[in-house]
Amino acid sequence: MSITRDEVAHLATLSRLSLSEAELDHLAPQLDQIISAVARVQEVTAEGIPPTSHALPLTNVYREDEPTPCLPAAAALDQAPAVEQQRFKVPRILAED
Amino acid sequence: MSGELTRMTAAELSAALRGSDVSAAEVTRAHLDRIAAVDDRVHAFLHVADDEAMVAARAVDARRAAGEELGPLAGVPVAVKDVFTTMDMPTTAGSRILDGWRPPYDATITTRLRRAGAVILGKTNMDEFAMGSSTENSAFGPSHNPWDLTRVPGGSSGGSAAAVAAFEAPLAVGTDTGGSIRQPAAVCGITGMKPTYGGNSRYGLIAFASSLDTPGPFARTVLDAALLHEAISGHDPMDATSIDEAVPPVVAAARQADVSGLRIGVVTELSGQGYQPGVLARFAEAVELLEALGAKVTEVSCPHFGYALPAYYLIAPSECSSNLARFDAMRYGLRVGDDGTRSAEEVMSLTREAGFGAEVKRRIMLGTYALSSGYYDAYYGKAQQVRTLIARDFDAAFGQVDVLVSPTTPTTAFPLGERADDPMAMYLADLCTIPSDLAGNAAISVPCGLADGLPVGLQVMAPVLADDRSYRVAAAAEAAFTQRWGHPLLDEASGLERLEQAEPRGAGR
Amino acid sequence: MTTAGTLVPYADALSRYEPTIGLETHVELGTRTKLFCGCPARFGGEPNTQVCPTCLGLPGSLPVPSRTAIEYTIRIGLALNCSIAEWCRFARKNYFYPDMPKDFQISQYDEPLCTDGWLDVTVDDENGQRRVRVAIERVHLEEDTGKSLHVGGATGRIHGADHSLVDYNRAGIPLVEIVTKPIMGADAAAPEVARAYVAELRDLLRSLDVSDVRMEEGSLRADVNTSLAPRGSARLGTRTETKNVNSLRSVERAVRFEIERQAAVLDAGGTVTQETRHFHEDTGITTPGRSKEEAQDYRYFPEPDLVPLAPPREWVEQIRRSLPELPSARRERLKAEWRLSDADLAALRNADALDLVAGTVAAGASPADARKWWLGELSRRANETGTELAGLAITPAQVARVAELVTSGSLNDRLARQVIDGVLAGEGAPDDVVTARGLAVVSNDSALTGAVDDAIAANPDVAGKIRSGKVAAAGVLVGAVMKATRGQADAARVRELILERLS
Repeated sequence: MSITRDEVAHLATLSRLSLSEAELDHLAPQLDQIISAVARVQEVTAEGIPPTSHALPLTNVYREDEPTPCLPAAAALDQAPAVEQQRFKVPRILAED
Repeated sequence: MSGELTRMTAAELSAALRGSDVSAAEVTRAHLDRIAAVDDRVHAFLHVADDEAMVAARAVDARRAAGEELGPLAGVPVAVKDVFTTMDMPTTAGSRILDGWRPPYDATITTRLRRAGAVILGKTNMDEFAMGSSTENSAFGPSHNPWDLTRVPGGSSGGSAAAVAAFEAPLAVGTDTGGSIRQPAAVCGITGMKPTYGGNSRYGLIAFASSLDTPGPFARTVLDAALLHEAISGHDPMDATSIDEAVPPVVAAARQADVSGLRIGVVTELSGQGYQPGVLARFAEAVELLEALGAKVTEVSCPHFGYALPAYYLIAPSECSSNLARFDAMRYGLRVGDDGTRSAEEVMSLTREAGFGAEVKRRIMLGTYALSSGYYDAYYGKAQQVRTLIARDFDAAFGQVDVLVSPTTPTTAFPLGERADDPMAMYLADLCTIPSDLAGNAAISVPCGLADGLPVGLQVMAPVLADDRSYRVAAAAEAAFTQRWGHPLLDEASGLERLEQAEPRGAGR
Repeated sequence: MTTAGTLVPYADALSRYEPTIGLETHVELGTRTKLFCGCPARFGGEPNTQVCPTCLGLPGSLPVPSRTAIEYTIRIGLALNCSIAEWCRFARKNYFYPDMPKDFQISQYDEPLCTDGWLDVTVDDENGQRRVRVAIERVHLEEDTGKSLHVGGATGRIHGADHSLVDYNRAGIPLVEIVTKPIMGADAAAPEVARAYVAELRDLLRSLDVSDVRMEEGSLRADVNTSLAPRGSARLGTRTETKNVNSLRSVERAVRFEIERQAAVLDAGGTVTQETRHFHEDTGITTPGRSKEEAQDYRYFPEPDLVPLAPPREWVEQIRRSLPELPSARRERLKAEWRLSDADLAALRNADALDLVAGTVAAGASPADARKWWLGELSRRANETGTELAGLAITPAQVARVAELVTSGSLNDRLARQVIDGVLAGEGAPDDVVTARGLAVVSNDSALTGAVDDAIAANPDVAGKIRSGKVAAAGVLVGAVMKATRGQADAARVRELILERLS
């Protein structure tokens, strides 16, 4: 077994997903199967091989320090679940940053 | 007339519009009528923008009447995968968590379509956040393959593929991350192209896997796909990963359609167990055909391609676990459980639980796992190294040949429901397409025949920035096949006949 | 917990433990726009009016980095004697928090733009002045978060709040994070070293013109790490991180408090909890932040929406050449030019008057005069009104003019102080005040002779003394004339006239 049900439950918490017990029962074995399959990458010897994240080795893409138009506050806020004093209203936050 | 208009290719429509044989309003009306007639059963569209499309079409007509010089796509209808933001239409990415979201900005792809005068008919269905190969992961129900409505149209851009295959639109835009343009194109019997990564702007493309997502065209002909490709491609200063080079001359290449003297490599590893015999047979015939046309065919080994699937299913979920974190109920989208007593953390978790489907949850957790401290080197880190090895396999291969070919996908369209809750089985649909996503090079799928009555796709892979070479070979194959068959492959879609014969069930959307 | 708990008096703590400190400072760059988008990076706009799809993290949005922000970061790194990376990347720091639009922050992880530098600071100790070299671990670039108002709780803080209101104007503003290596050997001067470091860093950043570095406004934020180890022990102790340190004084107080608190914990045989603590300005104590069940795993990985940074060496050298004279070098130069002692220089620094004096000298005053006015009369006025020296409504050029008027004899010190009053009161430039208030020294003989004669006539005994040779007595008559002329007479000329009359 690559990953236990408890570990999957922990991953769900880290990912801010409140899975039901039934969902955990369903997803955990699937995740275990997938992780076993993807672990195959470890068979490859890759000493000294650099990672790739782009087809072309681009570097130094910048923009200049020139202002561009902003969204009007109404446009920023009109899709918000809740608004108060022209700000996004969110439920009470537990953890201190 | 209306029926004829929907049977025309984009190139034919473009010529007719240019010659004022027909108006953009008529063309758009014809396609909207077609959608109303068949989409209740195809379910290619999540949103049909009747009014906006007619307004846009009439605007094109007015500009043409005023003597303005318009581009080739002006007045030509196009369907847009619901992963691109559109200010005047909802954008859901196939997810409940964005149900009803109206973006305050257009994607660059959207802007370029509008600027080209293309008429956006609506937003097409997709697997949720582009994760899937069948559209069964859409929160709004799957799309159906016009060849056989009991089968999947492929995914994640299944809606776009189905729309084009069902003659609801001559052109569509999709995105390809692990095969999500090419695989649906193959199983729907049309052409679908994944351009070189970075060749098309991702600004306004709701991100699944940032280093893999690539917008690209769907069409019923290779030339049509090239026309759309040229209209939307090119550098975008709003996307730091976009390539600052000229768009490869894909339209010219599509017209060139000649493979004599070209060296073509058949990838050894993209064949064998798990491949439907009919698919392998059609592929072999396609290779013979290319040889008959003057190409030199050899076998090429790409030894690390066997690790492409596991590498992809580490990299993509890792990036998506991070990209989808922003759906936290705080600024837009679904909010669940905010009864005044719960904390922000609880509301986030309840919302994401309710708003995301199973596949998305699986991939988020997989990504969280692969990036975790202590696991990073063995999983994500290793996968990125495997990616380099795959890119080097391609480099070595392209040192010997000009293009590589393979079947686009191991099987024809599978029945709806067959793999829906079997993720590993579903992932196998991407076996042939994933390597080009990892390396970022260009790859196209073009129809090469039927197996058990269902379409098979031929994949042509070209080096990074050599998109035109893919088009050239695909166009040659298309011309030769059409000549051999006597008609385009789609003419054999019995599912479409049945669509036409039956009355539409209820209202058209 | 809001009480101090047990503390060991500072000297006592230091006798048995050796402190190690470290500082992490965040600097908000003064670029025109945000780090990854073109929204204005200004302070104080209406909520959510300086936002766009990118800094709101809307689905589909993408970041594009500002070349100017990168340049400023390199400038800071060079001024701190760092090496500048030849190739590096941004990284995602993943965590969920409502003030983070993407629920990840684009920052730098194992590839910072600048590494391995140093900054010298000076502290006073029993032996005079001591120089401490603070080693810099890294300088990197990242984006700032939005700002939350917590509503419904008693103190406006998170604890007890009913809900929060988030403004994303600040989200995406470029932040440079500067991290020191552990500072050992500061010993009993640890609190002062911490404060001196932040002060020196602030002056340095100001001279580079990369930020307005106001701690009160949050454009310079300091977190202080403190640990104690028993004297003679080779290993470092467990460290705590103290946040919400919003002034230089708080930096010093926070370190001092933590040393006293941790000594008490260790004395009692306990272990110091590795945690983040919150400094309280009003009481000078630190309290634990909310404990987290486990250490945060940020799941860092290279930012896939951005391509690597590879600053060309010619660009780095060009930035190096354009660095201004740094504050420490400038101080040494001025000390030599103005022939100051260490104590004189320290007095100027403590009063935050160095720039003002330099500006006054540049406008033509002598260093001595400039120092006299700024450290004397003007410091007194600043204290009276509770303002900072730099906040007074008089410019260095104006002070130089006043000094010049005194030197040339047009004003004496007393009149000069009245001119300064007038300038501070907004009556105009020094010359305008002189004219308007009629404050010119009167040295015109015809204007003075009347007053001189009156003083002689009113003080016959004194006049007699002077006639008989007691010249010093002239001072009394001079005083009388000054009084009669409301201080406007040219005292020296008055004395001459008196002696002439009575010789």
